[in-house]
Amino acid sequence: MADAVQTWLPGLQISARRSASRGLKQFLRHRSTIAFLMCLPLMIIIAALVIYPAFYSIYLSMLNKAQTRLVGLGNFTFLLSRDVFWMVVQQTAIFALTAVFFKALIGLVTAHLINNLPARGQRKWRGMLLVPWVIPLALSSLAWWWLFDPTHSAFNWIITGLGFHEIPWLSDPYWARFSVILVNVWYGAPFFLIMYLAALKSVPEQLYEAAAIDGANAWQKFRHITLPMMRNIIAITVLFSLIVTFANFDIVQIMTAGGPRNMTHVFATYAFMLGIRSGDLPLGAATSLFMFPILGIAAIFILRGVRKRGREIG
Amino acid sequence: MAEVALRNVVKRFDEVEAVRSINLDIPDNEFVVLVGPSGCGKSTTLRMIAGLEEVTAGDIYIGGEIVNDLPPKDRDIAMVFQNYALYPHMTAFENMSFGLKLRRFPKDEIKRRVDNAARILDIAELLDRKPKALSGGQRQRVAMGRAIVRNPKVFLFDEPLSNLDAKLRVQMRTEIKRVHQMVKTTTVYVTHDQVEAMTLADRVVVMNGGAIEQIASPHDLYHNPKTRFVAGFIGSPAMNFIRCHMEQNGAGLRARISDKISLPVPASLTARYQPHSGKALILGLRPEHLTEPRRSDRDQNCEFDITLDVVEPMGMETMVYFTVDGQEICGRVDPGSAKGPGEVMRLHANMNHMHLIDPQTDAVL
Amino acid sequence: MTSAALSAPAKRRLGARSSLRRNRRWALITSYVFLVIFAIFFLIPPYYMIVTAFKSDAEVAHMATNPWIIADGITLDQFRILLTQTDFLTFFKNTVIVTLCVVAITMVVSVLAAFSLGRMKFWGSSVLATGIFLTYLVPDTLLFIPLFQIVKAVGLLNSYWGMVLVYPTLTVPFCTWIMIGYFQSIPKELDEAALIDGASHMQMLTKIFIPVALPGIIAAMIFAFTVSWAAFVYPMAFLYSADQQVLTVGTVTSLIRADVYKWGMLMAGALLAAAPPLVIYAFLMDYYIAGLTAGATKG
Repeated sequence: MADAVQTWLPGLQISARRSASRGLKQFLRHRSTIAFLMCLPLMIIIAALVIYPAFYSIYLSMLNKAQTRLVGLGNFTFLLSRDVFWMVVQQTAIFALTAVFFKALIGLVTAHLINNLPARGQRKWRGMLLVPWVIPLALSSLAWWWLFDPTHSAFNWIITGLGFHEIPWLSDPYWARFSVILVNVWYGAPFFLIMYLAALKSVPEQLYEAAAIDGANAWQKFRHITLPMMRNIIAITVLFSLIVTFANFDIVQIMTAGGPRNMTHVFATYAFMLGIRSGDLPLGAATSLFMFPILGIAAIFILRGVRKRGREIG
Repeated sequence: MAEVALRNVVKRFDEVEAVRSINLDIPDNEFVVLVGPSGCGKSTTLRMIAGLEEVTAGDIYIGGEIVNDLPPKDRDIAMVFQNYALYPHMTAFENMSFGLKLRRFPKDEIKRRVDNAARILDIAELLDRKPKALSGGQRQRVAMGRAIVRNPKVFLFDEPLSNLDAKLRVQMRTEIKRVHQMVKTTTVYVTHDQVEAMTLADRVVVMNGGAIEQIASPHDLYHNPKTRFVAGFIGSPAMNFIRCHMEQNGAGLRARISDKISLPVPASLTARYQPHSGKALILGLRPEHLTEPRRSDRDQNCEFDITLDVVEPMGMETMVYFTVDGQEICGRVDPGSAKGPGEVMRLHANMNHMHLIDPQTDAVL
Repeated sequence: MTSAALSAPAKRRLGARSSLRRNRRWALITSYVFLVIFAIFFLIPPYYMIVTAFKSDAEVAHMATNPWIIADGITLDQFRILLTQTDFLTFFKNTVIVTLCVVAITMVVSVLAAFSLGRMKFWGSSVLATGIFLTYLVPDTLLFIPLFQIVKAVGLLNSYWGMVLVYPTLTVPFCTWIMIGYFQSIPKELDEAALIDGASHMQMLTKIFIPVALPGIIAAMIFAFTVSWAAFVYPMAFLYSADQQVLTVGTVTSLIRADVYKWGMLMAGALLAAAPPLVIYAFLMDYYIAGLTAGATKG
């Protein structure tokens, strides 16, 4: 049989080769063309609505208010010479760092608390504690505003009931700073909770059992197993939250609109005030651009973390 | 129904040559098994036949046509994967009929074919279940059913039994053999398990390092391996390779394996091995040919005493391990006659089954 | 062996066991106590939203009564006023239109792209995948000023169709990213089997990948829905007339007239506006969470 195969093959070879001419190659080329076409809508959206605006923003920031002529770095130097701008820088840094720290802390604590519960109850608690993240931030900020209302504050009702003085939640600049951070922590902590809980679940149970047999106590288990296993996800979540918090708009815009005395402005609200409210788009663009280097650095670290985590999992 | 032929087929991944110039002819209806250690190129070869990998050089023929450039769906082949690759959202019936539906077969024809395949595979009552509700063996049957309903020119199996437990594997092995006898289709089957290869194949292709070592029937492969690799790969436990020196002993030859032990080459093989007299070679002897002296084929000259290192009772036989000249050697003795470790035992070598290997070329002489 | 010698270690073991159990009980009780405290903190605003929305104006304005409970009886007045005397229903309708369009666009664009990037690969596809992730990290507050010019240039300023244009920048990158992860988790043999069965690339996507990755698709849809429902910066910057406004901005701006804050009605509006995401969350919590965590663990 094998010999027969060999004898009839050479005769067929030429005609067969021609008839099937490069079909698979064509198929493969076709395949990457289709792949490219499938990606095209995405590329158009990103190019037209992210990359182009990003570069346009740089151009815009170098125009004068009427957008009639180039002023070079004039908008940037103007901003740098203003005390308000430096206050915005300071407040944004305080806002982002404090809020992220407490979000991470509360997230870690609540994730551990939930993880300690018997498996049946975990779902219910997780579901309840994630609610702040699910309500659109603009609407919950409105509710917080109402809770902080100068005359009707429900918090002050309790505080005065306990015999203390009313707290000027939003009218005193420092209390206002505290309040916007509080709301941000309230909103963002559940995100950390969920991320940490997922990470906790991904630590193999055998590791804890092995550690228990080796004589580790609860703190040692946390210190030597949980933390190292979660380090990457903690880093990713913190950096990610840092970006989001740094660029936050909703809370400050709704509760204080930057006041009192511009003390609660963050980059986004200040850029909005200058660019949209006062109609000086170039100056607003310049303000938002100051966010870029910080966000860029955070983004690079996140990417590294995500890649590393991808490798760990795969 | 078709022949499959590979002509000088080469596959390179970047700089690595996974398959180096393979030639293989598979006649119609034959069951061929590609076997070898992992990374030997057997799966790549199969995937090139399937059209899932491009051929770097050479030609692949199915039914006399070059199919190098045909996409998989136009090659009229069917494939069974190691992890079954069943569509998890479809029932067994839908899984089996998916290929036919895409090819626009009429509904009643699809039903007829699926029912027929289900009957052959004995899965008729599982047709409306999804893969999740099936056991490993049942999933593998559905995967085979998906291949059968297409009535393709060639069946390709890529380690189909590796995910099953040992008991089920034996059962499915028999099942595959039975199905092949019923549907009679050219089959290429890839496995790393030599027992699977030996039991299933009409012919076995042993591959190593991207090249074919030997193509032969299971019987031939066992008794007449062509290379040291094949001799060592086929058979379990593996053949013993013992350094020896060929000595002239009057008209006969003796293989000296240590100062004390030298074994006579049987008269029937003397002529064949005469040219190698005086050389340092490797004696290949399977454990089953190193036994306690038995009455039937006893030859006093082939007996020797050794001290056992390890003794492994297997039930119907006992493996004994000992060392000669620093080389570990395995014998296979009757449990009743086995001694304990550290004890001296007399063994008998059945030299009629000896192989001589040239240590330079690794060829069996 | 005396009985005393036997019972001492036995007693100790018994004591150890019960103290172990006691420790666990105490740990559990502490956990519950702290969880209740956190739960109160997390649930105060939605609770207060509900309480206020069902109060009468008189009670809301009354300063002496306990604001945390409804003393004068539940009333639906706030909702009646909200739905009949304000533009709330227009906001709601606009938001529904925008969200549905954005979810549809997002899913088509990101599923196609994820299939292509996760499964088919072409020249530069891995760079593109990384680029998509970076795009996801670009916040809306960095882009709203240049986008203002762009939206104005295409004539969609003060039109909710402008939102349909710009919201996908918020949803598409993340959805693509998580869909790539889901598609990559499908075993390679599945598309090889489909290829041998004779499926084209489109059939592979629609008949195999989409059904198999359905949990991922649902998670991505929920994400797209939540994001476009809650978006605030873009409508705040690009929309100013009530007939084009969406819920988030409409509720916090247009409902506030002059200096008189009708808090009861505002809270009723916030409650209704927050209801759709909350309902979806209540029914599809697992998908919601899967989508949330997928970003950091997949790909």
